[in-house]
Order: sequence, then structure tokens, then C-alpha cells
Amino acid sequence: MIKAEGVEKAFGSTRALAGVDLTVDSGTVLALLGRNGAGKTTFVRILATLLAPDAGRIQVAGVDVVHDAKTVRSLIGLAGQFAAVDETLSGRENLVLVGRLYGLPRREARARASEVLERLGLGDAGDRLVRTYSGGMRRRLDLGASLVGRPLVLIMDEPSTGLDPRSRIELWSLIDDFIKAGTTLLLTTQYLEEADRLADRVAVIERGRLIAAGTPDDLKQRIGGDVLEVRATSASDVERLVNLLTGLGAGLPVADMRAQCVTLPTSERVQTLLAAARRIEESGIPVADLGVRRPSLDDVFLTLTGAGGAATKRPEPRLRPVPGEPSLEPAPNARRVGS
Amino acid sequence: MGAVIIRPRSRGVRSFFTDTLLLTRRNLLLTARTPELVVFAAIMPIMFVLLFRYVFGGSINVPGYSNYVDYLMPGIMVQTALFGGSSSAVGVADDLSKGVTDRFRSLPTNRASILAARTLADLVRLGYTMGLLIAIGLLVGFRFHNALLPVLAGVGIALLFGYACSWLFTLVGLMVRNVESATLAGFLLTFPLVFAASTFTSTKFMPHGLRAFANAQPVTQVANALRDLTHGTGSAGPAALHAIVWSVGILIAAATLATWKFRKI
Ligand SMILES: Nc1ncnc2c1ncn2[C@@H]1O[C@H](COP(=O)(O)OP(=O)(O)O)[C@@H](O)[C@H]1O
Ligand SMILES: [Mg+2]
Repeated sequence: MIKAEGVEKAFGSTRALAGVDLTVDSGTVLALLGRNGAGKTTFVRILATLLAPDAGRIQVAGVDVVHDAKTVRSLIGLAGQFAAVDETLSGRENLVLVGRLYGLPRREARARASEVLERLGLGDAGDRLVRTYSGGMRRRLDLGASLVGRPLVLIMDEPSTGLDPRSRIELWSLIDDFIKAGTTLLLTTQYLEEADRLADRVAVIERGRLIAAGTPDDLKQRIGGDVLEVRATSASDVERLVNLLTGLGAGLPVADMRAQCVTLPTSERVQTLLAAARRIEESGIPVADLGVRRPSLDDVFLTLTGAGGAATKRPEPRLRPVPGEPSLEPAPNARRVGS
Repeated sequence: MGAVIIRPRSRGVRSFFTDTLLLTRRNLLLTARTPELVVFAAIMPIMFVLLFRYVFGGSINVPGYSNYVDYLMPGIMVQTALFGGSSSAVGVADDLSKGVTDRFRSLPTNRASILAARTLADLVRLGYTMGLLIAIGLLVGFRFHNALLPVLAGVGIALLFGYACSWLFTLVGLMVRNVESATLAGFLLTFPLVFAASTFTSTKFMPHGLRAFANAQPVTQVANALRDLTHGTGSAGPAALHAIVWSVGILIAAATLATWKFRKI
């Protein structure tokens, strides 16, 4: 349904997109996952015919977004990064206007506005000015505006950014409904958790390039599933912990000097946790915290881009484990990834 | 890729008119529901009328005008047209920065309608302010001293000039893209044009360089045309022609540039 080939875009000397290839099959959900400034919005804007690419092309349902932009616009619904609704119109007036701009006759625009308001749980608030809406309601209304035209393809740029946890969960269940209805959806996000929850496929973008693509499980597999995290009580212990944990888990331990933390990818959470606990106890190094958590986007980037990619965000030197250091106890499932 | 039903929407020229009307209505509705805006648009020119009529008016003498208010009102009408036009910059920047423009551009809307509706709505607003202004003028002693037709032509020229300025400031709004800068740019551009002009007093007694600038620039030209048409001084033809040429020139240049800029936004 969406097919992008070699899409490039530069703003002055900034290469926002440096050759992006991507496909989204009909009726599936793709999450474009990346940090701030990775190029997500730029890609979305080109896809939504708001920006012309420098090179490459994108087709929506076989229609080129540059050459036949007008047709593409009648196929897509866009919910941008910020809720683009008019504060001093009511929710209903916002939706009717969008429907009319789609070319619907007045009566049908009204009917669809009511239908969408109901579906979004804004039926009662429909006639109130948007100024009185909460952040979550605005987001939903903004989503609603992209639904009025019954688009074939829905595009959402960071739909849940800036929402409180409750609104985020409401939004997700709403998106679930679209997905069940068979809508093709491309959404961007900074949160692996969100991609995991909503998407069939995830494409990770970093500095204008796709650095990985696959199902959420594929991706998590690439960083070995979960992450073991040990927090030292003093910075001087961090290096010792790195050495101590080397050989455990599914990859190399990585130190964060500022947070006095060592993280370790693992695919066997319980075994790794027990082994790590044993080693720590035997060594007598005091630790403030020890646990296993789900991987964060930072962990994914760390694994996919190596320390170099992450070093731009955290200037502190990352300790690399010394190769060849004798390991106390080979972990049963030791599997080296990367390096 | 399987067969996809693409809903045909042959929305050509007709869509330009319907979309422009829809968006104009939206722009006006936003204004009407922001009482501060409505009041501010009215208060500015009224304050200037009262200030110059009663505070400064007594000490300003313009040759050929026994009643200063007859000289003043056409000046304030042009000032109002310029200020009214400058509000387009704020509207354009506001929609751009809030992402509303992106929303409209992502719809199968006629894109030319977006700017057309902005300037049209601001013209309607200007009409409202202008009507109010003339009413206040009449209350404080201003009189038209000419036939109805030339008077209407004068008001028409003021509105035309305001519409041209709307496009000029639409271009400014597209360039600065945020409300604060748009407001600032509005002040910086309008103030020298309004005060270094024949708006409040004759340019005759200004220092040489200033006078040359004042006489050459459009605010003076339009104000003079308006005076000729409302006061019935001399033959209004040449002055009116100057004013129209200026306005249409600004309109065409600004609309072309703004449309071009909008396409690459
Ligand atoms: N209009 C623009 N002018 C200049 N630089 C831009 C513009 N839009 C985006 N960029 C730059 O392009 C890069 C990608 O931005 P963006 O696509 O907005 O990233 P994301 O949405 O992933 O946060 C960033 O470095 C950003 O600063
Ligand atoms: Mg973005």
C-alpha cells in the first residue's frame, strides 16, 4: 500500500533523510521508530505530499506522491505531530470543515462528523469549543479529523507524545479498533513499547537511515530480549561490575558512568538475573539496585548503532569490557551479539 | 498491488470557490469568537481619531483644510487599511505554527484557496473596521464634501490598498512562520510607512530627505487620493490613478511571491 524507494531530503547541510526504502502492506501497521531528529516527521511530510523529496519516490496505492499529489491526498488521512485543530471551533465544527474540504456535501460531512465523534468517545463534548478539551481529547479529535474522509491509509506522527499514561492507553485502544477494521497505518514513535504494542512491523530510523526493520519480536531478539540493569553505589565500582558481568547474558555489558549503571542484554531473564546476583554477591561489590527490565529505545539503539551512536547523546566515555578477561563462569546461554 | 478503488474527485475550478468560502468562513468564525481581536481591531483606529482630533489636532494646521478632521480621516482610513492588512501575517503564521496549514494541505483541498481565504477574511474584517471608523469620524465632525460616487471610489481604493497589503503580509507571515515575529514584523513595516507619510499632516514641512521618502511611498499616495475623492479638492483623477497603480502593483507582486513561497513551504 505504501512503497518508498531511496527517499532523500536535505535541509541546507542537514541530511534529514539519506535514502529510505520502506514498504507497508495493505491492512498492516508499520511503526517508524526513532529518536528526536531522526527524520520521522520529514518522511511523514513527504508521504503526505507536504514536502517534495530531493530524490527517490513514494507511492501510495500505486499513486506517486509527487506527480499525482492530489489523488494521494484523497487516499490518506494525516494526524500530524501536534494536534492541528481550531481552538475556537467546536469539535463538530472542526470535523465538518474537514469533511467539506474533502469535497463531501454538507449533509454527508455532518453525518460523518457525528459518526466519528461517537466513535472517539467525544459524542458529548462534540458541541463544546475545543479550547475546553483536555490534551487527550484534542489528540483524539485530531485523529478524528484524519478519519472523516475514510482514508485508505492512515498516517500518524507521534500520536502519543505528550499524552499522560491514561490518555495514551485510551489512544492505543482506539488505534486497535482501526487496526481491526483493516486500516493500513503508518505511525511514528519514540517508544519501542508503543511500536511493540501496535505495530506488525517496525522500522528503526536513525539520522535519516533505516538501521533495522522487522517484527517487534525480531528487533527485541536482536538485543537479546530483556535488559539486566545493575546500579552501583559509587562510580568507582562501575568498571568492576562491567568486568564481573562480562560473559553473562546475550551481549556485552555497557556502562553508563553518569547513572552509575551497567546494562546487559539478555534473552533468559531469570537465569541471567540469578547468575548476575551470584557473581555480585561473591565479589562483594555493593550495588544499589539490580533488576531485569524491558528494553528501551536507547538499548535498541545501543545495540544497533554501537556505542558511537549513543555517545552523541551521552558525552561520557563508555567503558568497553576488556576482551579476553577471564570469565568466572560461562553462562549457559552466552551468545555474543554484535562486536 | 491489487486493484484499489480511487474515489474520483473532479474538483477543479469549482473547488476553488467552495473551498475558499469554507475557509473564509472558518477564518471569520475564529476572529468572531475571539472578542479581544474584534475589540482591538475597532479600538486602534478609534483611539487614533480621538487622539489626533482632540489632543494634537488643535495645533496641526494643514493648508487648504479649514477643518483638520477632514484632513485626518482619509489618513486614518489608509492607516487602518495598512494595519488591517498586517494582521494577515499573524493569521498565516498562527496557522503554520499550529500545523493547521499542514492539515489543510494534506486534504484534497484546492491549495490556492488557503491563502485566498486568509486575505478574503481579512478584507471582510477590514470592511467592518472601516465602517466603524467612518461612523466615529462622522460623530466627531468629519464630513464628506463630494458626491457619493467619488466618495465610494475613495473607500473602495482604501479597501483595495488594504487587500494588497494583506497579500504583502501573507508573504511576510509565510517567511517568519511564528506569531511573535509576525507581530513584530507587522509593527516594523507599518510604522515608518504610516508616520513618514501625509497620514496626519502635510509632508511640506518635513526635512528634505524624509519629505522625498514620504511623497514617494504608497501610503501618502493613497491618502492623497482619498482626500481628493472625499474632500473634492481639485481633479482627483491622477491621484486616484497613482493609488490604484500602487495597490494593484503590490497585489500582483505579493500574491505571486506568496503563492510561490506557499508551494515550497
Ligand atoms: N524545515 C526544516 N528546516 C531545517 N531543518 C529541518 C527542517 N525540518 C527538519 N529539519 C531537520 O531534519 C532532521 C530531521 O527532523 P525530523 O524529520 O523533524 O525528525 P523527527 O521527526 O524524527 O524528530 C533534524 O535534524 C531537523 O533539525
Ligand atoms: Mg517529528
